[in-house]
Amino acid sequence: MCDAVTDQTEVGEILSAPLIIEYPFKRTTGPIIGAFLTGLREQVLVGSKAEDGRVIVPPAEFDPVSGNDLTELVEVGPEGVITTWAWVTEPHAKHALDDPFAWILVKLDGADTPMLGALKAPTMDVVATGARVKPVWADEREGHIDDIAHWVLVEGDAA
Amino acid sequence: MPEIQLPASLADVEPVRSVRTPAQLDYTFTAGDATTRFLKGITQKKIIGQQANPDSRVYVPARGADPELGAATPIEVEVAQVGTVTSFCVVNLQFYGSGMEIPYTSALIMLDGADLSIMHLIQEIPADQVRIGMRVEAVWRDDADIEPTLESIKWFRPTGEPDDVNVRIPGEIRGTGLGSWVGGVAPTELTVRNPRTGEGGTAEFGGEG
Repeated sequence: MCDAVTDQTEVGEILSAPLIIEYPFKRTTGPIIGAFLTGLREQVLVGSKAEDGRVIVPPAEFDPVSGNDLTELVEVGPEGVITTWAWVTEPHAKHALDDPFAWILVKLDGADTPMLGALKAPTMDVVATGARVKPVWADEREGHIDDIAHWVLVEGDAA
Repeated sequence: MPEIQLPASLADVEPVRSVRTPAQLDYTFTAGDATTRFLKGITQKKIIGQQANPDSRVYVPARGADPELGAATPIEVEVAQVGTVTSFCVVNLQFYGSGMEIPYTSALIMLDGADLSIMHLIQEIPADQVRIGMRVEAVWRDDADIEPTLESIKWFRPTGEPDDVNVRIPGEIRGTGLGSWVGGVAPTELTVRNPRTGEGGTAEFGGEG
């Protein structure tokens, strides 16, 4: 059956619509990353002790020099020091903070490597390398990096 | 697995073993000319295909070009809302984002007048009774709910007509469906044309082409 063979007429407005592709991945953590995430849920920050005595945060599963398994986890922080930072003037919809904020690398007390975080601050003028920060924990925590809602400057230490 | 030494604060709590890591990609999909024409046809409960010339294949849904001829497809053709199941898959696993009750059947349906199958659901028949060659018809949403999406057709259901014993797959003069097995003998490489080499499917090899 071939009805109504026609030459094309004007189509008018071309259609468009939102298309959201979502992959609901879930991954197993292993004992090291699992311990780090367990710590976040319990408001405890941990790192792994490398063979040369340095403390790596977030914890590494393998020694960065020898490649051997790392098995000793130690508590660090919860405060730390900004080692470097970048101000975000226009946060993306998927960023944790709606207002302008700073990405910071924070070296926690007792740690030898810095980790990434989002610093809530009123303006970029108060953010400085060397400033002390502390985590603000999410009210509902499940063992996820988002259990740290964001970081803030430690009172009285704003540059 | 090596023994892990935990700080005292984590020694007696339930350990985290898995973590959510969803990935979400937000696109704006622009349908383009050919698909816009198809979807606007859907809003009038018409299924519109396209062809390059009056004798060439009718593509549903069309993408604006005939890939065999390398030609644009400016001719619009309304095809039937009944067709033949050319292949199907019974889905027995529930997966994320699917509201379907399992088991259900997803099928390729060659609409009468079309030369390309569309994929859609088969309902109103138990999944284990769906078969190649079965004749099916479109079941539309209520008129008030018709939108420019193929989901405006809720599913296809059996028409009750006898099966099409000459069911074919697109691009073949003679298909591999059960109904087209001459004398019940399964097709072979010699009787079905190889689309890359052009071999097979000829009378010389017992085919019909």
